[in-house]
Amino acid sequence: MSDAQSPVIRYVARRAVPFIQLYALYVLGHGEDGPGGGFQGGVIFASSIVLLALVFGYGAGRKACPERISDFISPLGCLVYASIGLLCLLMGGMFLEYARLAGPDASDHAKHAAHHFGLIGIEAGVMLTVTASMVTLFFEMARPAPDEGGLDE
Amino acid sequence: MTLLTLLILVGLAVAAVRAHDLLAATAILGAYSLMMALLWCQMNALDVAFTEAAVGAGISTVLLLAALTRVGTQESLKYGHRLLRHPLRTMRSLVTELHEGDGRRSAIGAVLVCALVGAAMLYGTRDMPRVGDAGSPANTHPAVAEHYLNRSADEVGPANVVTSVLGDYRGYDTMGETVVIFTAALCVLLLLRHMGGRTRDE
Amino acid sequence: MSDVLRHLGTHYHYVIYIALMLIGLFAVLAKGNLIKKVIGLNVLQTAVFLFYISIGRKADGTAPVLWDQKPETIPYENPVPHVLMLTAIVVGVSITAVALALIIRIKRAYGTMEESEILVLDESDQQGSA
Repeated sequence: MSDAQSPVIRYVARRAVPFIQLYALYVLGHGEDGPGGGFQGGVIFASSIVLLALVFGYGAGRKACPERISDFISPLGCLVYASIGLLCLLMGGMFLEYARLAGPDASDHAKHAAHHFGLIGIEAGVMLTVTASMVTLFFEMARPAPDEGGLDE
Repeated sequence: MTLLTLLILVGLAVAAVRAHDLLAATAILGAYSLMMALLWCQMNALDVAFTEAAVGAGISTVLLLAALTRVGTQESLKYGHRLLRHPLRTMRSLVTELHEGDGRRSAIGAVLVCALVGAAMLYGTRDMPRVGDAGSPANTHPAVAEHYLNRSADEVGPANVVTSVLGDYRGYDTMGETVVIFTAALCVLLLLRHMGGRTRDE
Repeated sequence: MSDVLRHLGTHYHYVIYIALMLIGLFAVLAKGNLIKKVIGLNVLQTAVFLFYISIGRKADGTAPVLWDQKPETIPYENPVPHVLMLTAIVVGVSITAVALALIIRIKRAYGTMEESEILVLDESDQQGSA
Protein backbone atom coordinates (compact mmCIF):
# COMPACT_ATOMS: atom_id res chain seq x y z
CA MET A 1 0.00 0.00 0.00
CA SER A 2 2.67 2.47 0.97
CA ASP A 3 4.53 2.02 -2.32
CA ALA A 4 1.54 2.93 -4.42
CA GLN A 5 1.13 6.42 -2.99
CA SER A 6 2.07 9.42 -5.04
CA PRO A 7 5.11 11.34 -3.77
CA VAL A 8 2.99 14.47 -3.43
CA ILE A 9 0.76 12.82 -0.85
CA ARG A 10 3.72 11.38 1.02
CA TYR A 11 5.53 14.71 1.14
CA VAL A 12 2.49 16.74 2.21
CA ALA A 13 1.48 14.18 4.83
CA ARG A 14 4.94 14.11 6.37
CA ARG A 15 5.14 17.91 6.50
CA ALA A 16 1.58 18.34 7.76
CA VAL A 17 1.90 16.11 10.82
CA PRO A 18 3.77 18.54 13.11
CA PHE A 19 1.40 21.35 12.17
CA ILE A 20 -1.64 19.22 12.94
CA GLN A 21 -0.16 18.35 16.32
CA LEU A 22 0.66 21.99 17.05
CA TYR A 23 -2.88 22.93 16.11
CA ALA A 24 -4.22 20.25 18.47
CA LEU A 25 -2.25 21.82 21.33
CA TYR A 26 -3.52 25.26 20.32
CA VAL A 27 -7.09 23.95 20.42
CA LEU A 28 -6.44 22.55 23.90
CA GLY A 29 -4.95 25.79 25.21
CA HIS A 30 -7.49 28.02 23.51
CA GLY A 31 -10.47 26.11 24.87
CA GLU A 32 -11.09 28.68 27.60
CA ASP A 33 -11.48 31.69 25.34
CA GLY A 34 -13.11 30.14 22.31
CA PRO A 35 -14.39 26.87 20.92
CA GLY A 36 -12.08 23.98 21.62
CA GLY A 37 -10.83 21.94 24.53
CA GLY A 38 -9.57 18.52 25.45
CA PHE A 39 -11.99 16.45 23.38
CA GLN A 40 -11.40 18.32 20.13
CA GLY A 41 -7.67 18.69 20.70
CA GLY A 42 -7.33 14.99 21.45
CA VAL A 43 -9.20 13.94 18.34
CA ILE A 44 -7.12 16.28 16.15
CA PHE A 45 -3.89 14.98 17.68
CA ALA A 46 -5.00 11.40 17.07
CA SER A 47 -5.88 12.25 13.47
CA SER A 48 -2.24 13.20 12.79
CA ILE A 49 -1.18 9.68 13.70
CA VAL A 50 -4.06 8.20 11.71
CA LEU A 51 -2.83 10.25 8.74
CA LEU A 52 0.63 8.69 9.10
CA ALA A 53 -0.88 5.23 9.14
CA LEU A 54 -3.11 5.91 6.13
CA VAL A 55 -0.28 7.29 3.99
CA PHE A 56 2.74 5.25 5.10
CA GLY A 57 1.02 2.01 6.09
CA TYR A 58 0.01 0.35 9.33
CA GLY A 59 3.54 -0.38 10.52
CA ALA A 60 4.83 3.17 10.08
CA GLY A 61 1.83 4.55 11.95
CA ARG A 62 2.30 2.08 14.77
CA LYS A 63 5.97 3.04 14.98
CA ALA A 64 4.99 6.66 15.56
CA CYS A 65 2.78 5.60 18.45
CA PRO A 66 3.68 2.11 19.73
CA GLU A 67 1.14 -0.05 21.50
CA ARG A 68 2.77 0.21 24.89
CA ILE A 69 2.71 4.02 24.76
CA SER A 70 -0.94 4.39 23.73
CA ASP A 71 -1.98 1.64 26.17
CA PHE A 72 -0.21 3.55 28.93
CA ILE A 73 -1.47 7.03 28.10
CA SER A 74 -5.12 6.06 27.72
CA PRO A 75 -5.72 5.29 31.43
CA LEU A 76 -3.15 7.93 32.44
CA GLY A 77 -5.50 10.70 31.25
CA CYS A 78 -8.32 9.38 33.46
CA LEU A 79 -5.84 9.19 36.32
CA VAL A 80 -4.75 12.81 35.82
CA TYR A 81 -8.37 13.94 35.86
CA ALA A 82 -9.31 11.95 38.95
CA SER A 83 -6.16 12.84 40.85
CA ILE A 84 -6.76 16.57 40.36
CA GLY A 85 -10.19 15.95 41.87
CA LEU A 86 -8.70 13.98 44.75
CA LEU A 87 -6.05 16.65 45.30
CA CYS A 88 -8.86 19.15 45.84
CA LEU A 89 -10.33 16.74 48.41
CA LEU A 90 -6.98 16.48 50.19
CA MET A 91 -6.70 20.26 50.32
CA GLY A 92 -9.97 20.33 52.23
CA GLY A 93 -12.33 21.25 49.42
CA MET A 94 -14.90 19.32 47.47
CA PHE A 95 -14.13 16.95 44.61
CA LEU A 96 -12.89 19.07 41.67
CA GLU A 97 -13.17 22.33 43.65
CA TYR A 98 -10.14 23.76 41.88
CA ALA A 99 -9.87 27.01 43.88
CA ARG A 100 -8.80 24.93 46.89
CA LEU A 101 -5.59 23.94 45.13
CA ALA A 102 -4.15 27.34 46.07
CA GLY A 103 -4.17 26.39 49.75
CA PRO A 104 -6.37 27.21 52.77
CA ASP A 105 -5.94 30.99 53.08
CA ALA A 106 -4.84 32.02 49.63
CA SER A 107 -5.59 35.39 48.10
CA ASP A 108 -8.35 35.76 45.55
CA HIS A 109 -5.74 36.11 42.87
CA ALA A 110 -4.08 32.81 43.83
CA LYS A 111 -7.46 31.10 43.93
CA HIS A 112 -8.21 32.38 40.46
CA ALA A 113 -4.87 31.05 39.21
CA ALA A 114 -5.52 27.69 40.89
CA HIS A 115 -8.91 27.53 39.23
CA HIS A 116 -7.29 28.18 35.88
CA PHE A 117 -4.65 25.55 36.53
CA GLY A 118 -7.25 22.99 37.54
CA LEU A 119 -9.29 23.54 34.40
CA ILE A 120 -6.25 23.25 32.13
CA GLY A 121 -5.17 20.16 34.07
CA ILE A 122 -8.40 18.26 33.58
CA GLU A 123 -8.59 19.34 29.93
CA ALA A 124 -5.09 17.95 29.45
CA GLY A 125 -6.20 14.72 31.11
CA VAL A 126 -9.16 14.50 28.76
CA MET A 127 -6.87 15.15 25.80
CA LEU A 128 -4.44 12.39 26.82
CA THR A 129 -7.20 9.82 27.13
CA VAL A 130 -8.98 10.88 23.94
CA THR A 131 -5.77 10.90 21.88
CA ALA A 132 -4.58 7.51 23.06
CA SER A 133 -8.04 5.93 22.90
CA MET A 134 -8.75 7.15 19.38
CA VAL A 135 -5.33 5.90 18.25
CA THR A 136 -6.03 2.54 19.89
CA LEU A 137 -9.49 2.33 18.32
CA PHE A 138 -8.11 3.04 14.86
CA PHE A 139 -5.16 0.68 15.03
CA GLU A 140 -7.13 -2.21 16.50
CA MET A 141 -9.82 -1.67 13.87
CA ALA A 142 -7.35 -1.55 10.99
CA ARG A 143 -5.01 -4.29 12.22
CA PRO A 144 -4.14 -6.46 9.22
CA ALA A 145 -4.94 -10.08 10.03
CA PRO A 146 -2.99 -12.82 8.24
CA ASP A 147 -5.97 -14.37 6.44
CA GLU A 148 -8.35 -11.48 5.93
CA GLY A 149 -8.28 -7.94 4.62
CA GLY A 150 -6.65 -5.06 6.43
CA LEU A 151 -4.94 -1.81 5.84
CA ASP A 152 -1.72 -3.24 4.44
CA GLU A 153 -3.38 -5.43 1.87
CA MET B 1 -30.70 29.15 5.06
CA THR B 2 -31.17 26.75 7.95
CA LEU B 3 -34.05 25.14 6.11
CA LEU B 4 -31.86 24.53 3.06
CA THR B 5 -29.19 22.86 5.20
CA LEU B 6 -31.85 20.74 6.88
CA LEU B 7 -33.21 19.57 3.54
CA ILE B 8 -29.71 18.69 2.31
CA LEU B 9 -29.24 16.72 5.54
CA VAL B 10 -32.41 14.73 4.93
CA GLY B 11 -31.24 13.97 1.37
CA LEU B 12 -27.83 12.83 2.58
CA ALA B 13 -29.35 10.67 5.31
CA VAL B 14 -31.62 8.94 2.81
CA ALA B 15 -28.69 8.42 0.44
CA ALA B 16 -26.48 7.00 3.21
CA VAL B 17 -29.15 4.53 4.25
CA ARG B 18 -30.05 3.53 0.70
CA ALA B 19 -26.56 3.05 -0.79
CA HIS B 20 -25.80 -0.63 -1.30
CA ASP B 21 -22.06 -0.07 -1.53
CA LEU B 22 -21.00 0.34 2.09
CA LEU B 23 -17.98 2.40 1.06
CA ALA B 24 -20.29 4.91 -0.60
CA ALA B 25 -22.61 4.85 2.43
CA THR B 26 -19.64 5.63 4.69
CA ALA B 27 -18.55 8.53 2.49
CA ILE B 28 -22.08 9.94 2.45
CA LEU B 29 -22.29 9.58 6.22
CA GLY B 30 -19.08 11.64 6.46
CA ALA B 31 -20.66 14.33 4.28
CA TYR B 32 -23.78 14.19 6.45
CA SER B 33 -21.70 14.76 9.58
CA LEU B 34 -19.86 17.67 8.01
CA MET B 35 -23.17 19.21 6.91
CA MET B 36 -24.44 18.75 10.45
CA ALA B 37 -21.36 20.57 11.76
CA LEU B 38 -22.13 23.42 9.35
CA LEU B 39 -25.70 23.57 10.59
CA TRP B 40 -24.53 23.74 14.20
CA CYS B 41 -22.25 26.61 13.24
CA GLN B 42 -25.31 28.39 11.90
CA MET B 43 -27.00 27.64 15.21
CA ASN B 44 -24.07 29.22 17.11
CA ALA B 45 -23.11 25.94 18.78
CA LEU B 46 -19.45 26.36 17.91
CA ASP B 47 -18.01 23.79 20.30
CA VAL B 48 -20.47 21.15 19.20
CA ALA B 49 -19.83 21.91 15.53
CA PHE B 50 -16.09 21.65 16.11
CA THR B 51 -16.47 18.30 17.85
CA GLU B 52 -18.82 16.94 15.23
CA ALA B 53 -16.46 17.94 12.43
CA ALA B 54 -13.51 16.31 14.18
CA VAL B 55 -15.26 13.24 15.59
CA GLY B 56 -18.27 12.58 13.36
CA ALA B 57 -16.80 13.53 10.01
CA GLY B 58 -13.23 12.57 10.92
CA ILE B 59 -12.67 9.71 13.34
CA SER B 60 -16.04 7.97 12.87
CA THR B 61 -15.56 7.84 9.10
CA VAL B 62 -12.00 6.57 9.45
CA LEU B 63 -13.11 3.88 11.90
CA LEU B 64 -15.88 2.76 9.53
CA LEU B 65 -13.38 2.64 6.64
CA ALA B 66 -10.92 0.65 8.75
CA ALA B 67 -13.66 -1.81 9.68
CA LEU B 68 -14.74 -2.07 6.04
CA THR B 69 -11.24 -3.17 5.02
CA ARG B 70 -11.85 -6.24 7.17
CA VAL B 71 -15.49 -7.09 6.56
CA GLY B 72 -15.95 -6.21 2.89
CA THR B 73 -17.91 -3.37 1.34
CA GLN B 74 -20.91 -5.02 -0.26
CA GLU B 75 -24.31 -5.16 1.34
CA SER B 76 -26.06 -8.38 0.37
CA LEU B 77 -29.03 -7.49 -1.80
CA LYS B 78 -30.49 -10.92 -1.22
CA TYR B 79 -31.56 -10.15 2.31
CA GLY B 80 -31.90 -6.41 2.43
CA HIS B 81 -35.61 -6.22 1.79
CA ARG B 82 -36.75 -9.81 1.89
CA LEU B 83 -38.96 -11.42 4.44
CA LEU B 84 -37.33 -12.57 7.61
CA ARG B 85 -37.99 -16.26 7.61
CA HIS B 86 -36.47 -16.79 10.99
CA PRO B 87 -38.07 -15.33 14.05
CA LEU B 88 -36.09 -12.84 16.10
CA ARG B 89 -37.11 -12.41 19.67
CA THR B 90 -37.39 -8.69 19.21
CA MET B 91 -39.99 -6.13 18.44
CA ARG B 92 -38.89 -6.28 14.85
CA SER B 93 -39.83 -9.89 14.32
CA LEU B 94 -43.16 -9.46 16.11
CA VAL B 95 -44.16 -6.92 13.52
CA THR B 96 -42.61 -8.57 10.51
CA GLU B 97 -44.12 -11.95 11.29
CA LEU B 98 -47.59 -10.50 10.92
CA HIS B 99 -46.84 -9.91 7.28
CA GLU B 100 -45.02 -13.12 6.56
CA GLY B 101 -48.12 -14.86 5.28
CA ASP B 102 -48.98 -12.51 2.45
CA GLY B 103 -45.41 -12.33 1.14
CA ARG B 104 -44.81 -8.61 1.48
CA ARG B 105 -41.38 -7.21 2.16
CA SER B 106 -40.11 -7.16 5.71
CA ALA B 107 -39.61 -3.41 5.41
CA ILE B 108 -43.34 -3.01 5.94
CA GLY B 109 -42.94 -3.87 9.62
CA ALA B 110 -40.21 -1.30 10.04
CA VAL B 111 -42.27 1.30 8.18
CA LEU B 112 -45.15 0.58 10.54
CA VAL B 113 -43.00 1.04 13.62
CA CYS B 114 -41.46 4.21 12.19
CA ALA B 115 -44.90 5.60 11.39
CA LEU B 116 -46.14 4.95 14.92
CA VAL B 117 -43.04 6.44 16.54
CA GLY B 118 -43.15 9.40 14.17
CA ALA B 119 -46.81 10.06 14.86
CA ALA B 120 -46.20 9.96 18.61
CA MET B 121 -43.27 12.37 18.31
CA LEU B 122 -45.21 14.72 16.03
CA TYR B 123 -48.00 14.75 18.60
CA GLY B 124 -45.34 15.58 21.20
CA THR B 125 -44.21 18.70 19.33
CA ARG B 126 -47.55 20.31 20.22
CA ASP B 127 -46.10 21.20 23.62
CA MET B 128 -42.69 22.28 22.35
CA PRO B 129 -41.74 25.95 22.29
CA ARG B 130 -40.82 27.45 18.93
CA VAL B 131 -37.21 27.05 17.87
CA GLY B 132 -35.44 30.28 18.85
CA ASP B 133 -37.84 31.19 21.64
CA ALA B 134 -35.64 33.00 24.18
CA GLY B 135 -38.39 32.71 26.80
CA SER B 136 -38.68 28.91 26.69
CA PRO B 137 -38.31 27.04 29.99
CA ALA B 138 -34.94 25.57 28.98
CA ASN B 139 -33.51 29.02 28.27
CA THR B 140 -34.80 30.81 31.34
CA HIS B 141 -34.18 28.30 34.11
CA PRO B 142 -32.70 30.54 36.82
CA ALA B 143 -30.42 27.92 38.40
CA VAL B 144 -29.03 26.47 35.17
CA ALA B 145 -28.93 28.40 31.89
CA GLU B 146 -29.32 31.89 33.36
CA HIS B 147 -26.94 31.22 36.22
CA TYR B 148 -24.23 29.82 33.95
CA LEU B 149 -24.43 32.75 31.56
CA ASN B 150 -24.56 35.49 34.21
CA ARG B 151 -22.23 34.13 36.85
CA SER B 152 -19.67 31.87 35.19
CA ALA B 153 -17.29 34.72 34.38
CA ASP B 154 -16.98 35.51 38.09
CA GLU B 155 -17.29 32.01 39.49
CA VAL B 156 -15.15 30.09 37.01
CA GLY B 157 -13.31 32.48 34.72
CA PRO B 158 -13.16 31.30 31.11
CA ALA B 159 -14.87 33.43 28.49
CA ASN B 160 -16.24 30.29 26.86
CA VAL B 161 -19.23 29.33 28.98
CA VAL B 162 -19.26 25.85 27.45
CA THR B 163 -15.79 25.21 28.88
CA SER B 164 -16.87 26.54 32.28
CA VAL B 165 -19.85 24.21 32.41
CA LEU B 166 -17.91 21.27 31.02
CA GLY B 167 -14.90 21.58 33.30
CA ASP B 168 -16.35 23.08 36.44
CA TYR B 169 -20.12 23.00 36.97
CA ARG B 170 -20.35 19.57 35.38
CA GLY B 171 -16.78 18.43 35.92
CA TYR B 172 -17.93 15.16 37.43
CA ASP B 173 -19.88 14.34 34.26
CA THR B 174 -16.86 15.05 32.14
CA MET B 175 -14.77 12.69 34.21
CA GLY B 176 -17.31 9.93 33.59
CA GLU B 177 -17.13 10.87 29.94
CA THR B 178 -13.38 10.39 29.85
CA VAL B 179 -13.76 7.01 31.50
CA VAL B 180 -16.35 6.03 28.86
CA ILE B 181 -13.86 6.70 26.08
CA PHE B 182 -11.18 4.78 27.91
CA THR B 183 -13.61 1.89 28.41
CA ALA B 184 -14.47 1.88 24.71
CA ALA B 185 -10.78 1.68 23.81
CA LEU B 186 -10.31 -1.11 26.35
CA CYS B 187 -13.32 -2.97 24.99
CA VAL B 188 -12.16 -2.77 21.37
CA LEU B 189 -8.67 -3.76 22.45
CA LEU B 190 -9.97 -6.85 24.25
CA LEU B 191 -12.22 -7.78 21.33
CA LEU B 192 -9.69 -7.36 18.56
CA ARG B 193 -6.08 -7.38 19.71
CA HIS B 194 -5.64 -11.07 20.29
CA MET B 195 -8.20 -12.22 17.80
CA GLY B 196 -7.19 -15.81 17.32
CA GLY B 197 -7.80 -17.95 14.27
CA ARG B 198 -10.88 -19.55 15.84
CA THR B 199 -14.01 -19.42 13.71
CA ARG B 200 -17.48 -20.68 14.35
CA ASP B 201 -16.91 -24.11 12.85
CA GLU B 202 -14.09 -25.05 15.16
CA MET C 1 -57.25 21.53 10.34
CA SER C 2 -55.97 25.08 10.04
CA ASP C 3 -54.68 24.73 13.60
CA VAL C 4 -52.61 21.74 12.58
CA LEU C 5 -51.26 23.60 9.55
CA ARG C 6 -50.40 26.67 11.61
CA HIS C 7 -48.65 24.44 14.12
CA LEU C 8 -46.62 22.75 11.37
CA GLY C 9 -45.76 26.17 9.94
CA THR C 10 -44.19 27.36 13.19
CA HIS C 11 -42.73 24.02 14.22
CA TYR C 12 -41.43 22.74 10.87
CA HIS C 13 -37.93 22.34 12.37
CA TYR C 14 -39.21 19.57 14.59
CA VAL C 15 -40.84 17.83 11.63
CA ILE C 16 -37.45 17.64 9.89
CA TYR C 17 -35.69 16.42 13.05
CA ILE C 18 -38.29 13.68 13.36
CA ALA C 19 -37.84 12.78 9.69
CA LEU C 20 -34.08 12.40 10.27
CA MET C 21 -34.65 10.30 13.38
CA LEU C 22 -37.07 8.05 11.50
CA ILE C 23 -34.62 7.56 8.62
CA GLY C 24 -32.08 6.34 11.16
CA LEU C 25 -34.62 4.20 13.01
CA PHE C 26 -35.77 2.66 9.74
CA ALA C 27 -32.20 1.68 8.86
CA VAL C 28 -31.71 0.11 12.29
CA LEU C 29 -34.93 -1.88 12.00
CA ALA C 30 -35.16 -2.83 8.35
CA LYS C 31 -31.59 -3.21 7.13
CA GLY C 32 -30.15 -6.68 7.41
CA ASN C 33 -26.54 -5.59 7.09
CA LEU C 34 -24.93 -4.87 10.45
CA ILE C 35 -22.74 -2.02 9.14
CA LYS C 36 -25.89 -0.43 7.72
CA LYS C 37 -27.46 -0.64 11.16
CA VAL C 38 -24.47 1.22 12.63
CA ILE C 39 -24.82 3.91 9.95
CA GLY C 40 -28.52 4.19 10.78
CA LEU C 41 -27.67 4.48 14.47
CA ASN C 42 -25.31 7.37 13.66
CA VAL C 43 -28.00 9.19 11.67
CA LEU C 44 -30.53 8.66 14.48
CA GLN C 45 -28.12 9.91 17.08
CA THR C 46 -27.10 13.09 15.24
CA ALA C 47 -30.78 13.88 14.74
CA VAL C 48 -31.27 13.69 18.51
CA PHE C 49 -28.26 16.00 19.00
CA LEU C 50 -29.79 18.43 16.53
CA PHE C 51 -33.03 18.40 18.51
CA TYR C 52 -31.21 19.21 21.73
CA ILE C 53 -29.13 22.00 20.21
CA SER C 54 -32.22 23.65 18.79
CA ILE C 55 -33.84 23.64 22.24
CA GLY C 56 -31.11 26.03 23.39
CA ARG C 57 -31.58 28.41 20.47
CA LYS C 58 -32.46 32.04 20.96
CA ALA C 59 -33.56 34.17 18.03
CA ASP C 60 -30.73 36.60 17.14
CA GLY C 61 -28.58 34.80 19.71
CA THR C 62 -24.82 34.56 19.59
CA ALA C 63 -22.32 31.88 20.57
CA PRO C 64 -21.94 31.50 24.35
CA VAL C 65 -18.46 33.00 24.45
CA LEU C 66 -18.52 36.04 26.74
CA TRP C 67 -16.75 39.08 25.38
CA ASP C 68 -16.94 42.52 26.95
CA GLN C 69 -20.69 42.85 27.25
CA LYS C 70 -22.63 41.45 30.13
CA PRO C 71 -25.03 38.60 29.32
CA GLU C 72 -28.04 40.65 30.42
CA THR C 73 -27.74 42.77 27.29
CA ILE C 74 -26.64 40.13 24.78
CA PRO C 75 -28.78 37.09 23.93
CA TYR C 76 -26.13 34.41 24.34
CA GLU C 77 -27.27 30.93 23.38
CA ASN C 78 -28.07 28.46 26.13
CA PRO C 79 -24.76 26.62 26.80
CA VAL C 80 -26.27 23.65 28.62
CA PRO C 81 -27.43 21.63 25.56
CA HIS C 82 -24.07 22.36 23.93
CA VAL C 83 -22.19 20.76 26.81
CA LEU C 84 -24.49 17.76 26.92
CA MET C 85 -24.20 17.14 23.18
CA LEU C 86 -20.44 17.71 23.18
CA THR C 87 -20.03 14.77 25.50
CA ALA C 88 -22.76 12.76 23.75
CA ILE C 89 -20.88 13.00 20.43
CA VAL C 90 -17.82 11.46 22.03
CA VAL C 91 -19.93 8.71 23.61
CA GLY C 92 -21.45 8.18 20.16
CA VAL C 93 -18.09 7.48 18.58
CA SER C 94 -17.31 5.08 21.43
CA ILE C 95 -20.54 3.20 20.70
CA THR C 96 -19.73 3.11 16.98
CA ALA C 97 -16.27 1.77 17.68
CA VAL C 98 -17.43 -1.02 19.98
CA ALA C 99 -20.21 -1.95 17.54
CA LEU C 100 -17.71 -2.14 14.68
CA ALA C 101 -15.36 -4.28 16.76
CA LEU C 102 -18.24 -6.67 17.50
CA ILE C 103 -19.12 -6.76 13.79
CA ILE C 104 -15.53 -7.64 12.92
CA ARG C 105 -15.70 -10.51 15.44
CA ILE C 106 -19.08 -11.65 14.09
CA LYS C 107 -17.81 -11.58 10.52
CA ARG C 108 -14.85 -13.61 11.67
CA ALA C 109 -16.94 -16.18 13.50
CA TYR C 110 -19.88 -16.52 11.09
CA GLY C 111 -18.30 -15.46 7.81
CA THR C 112 -21.12 -13.02 7.19
CA MET C 113 -22.55 -9.78 8.54
CA GLU C 114 -26.09 -10.24 7.25
CA GLU C 115 -28.54 -10.66 10.07
CA SER C 116 -30.65 -13.28 8.26
CA GLU C 117 -27.68 -15.50 7.49
CA ILE C 118 -26.45 -15.28 11.07
CA LEU C 119 -29.89 -16.30 12.33
CA VAL C 120 -29.96 -19.28 9.94
CA LEU C 121 -26.55 -20.39 11.18
CA ASP C 122 -27.64 -19.99 14.81
CA GLU C 123 -30.80 -21.98 14.23
CA SER C 124 -29.01 -24.83 12.50
CA ASP C 125 -26.63 -24.85 15.45
CA GLN C 126 -29.47 -25.25 17.90
CA GLN C 127 -31.04 -28.01 15.86
CA GLY C 128 -27.70 -29.76 15.58
CA SER C 129 -27.15 -29.78 19.33
CA ALA C 130 -30.75 -30.73 20.24
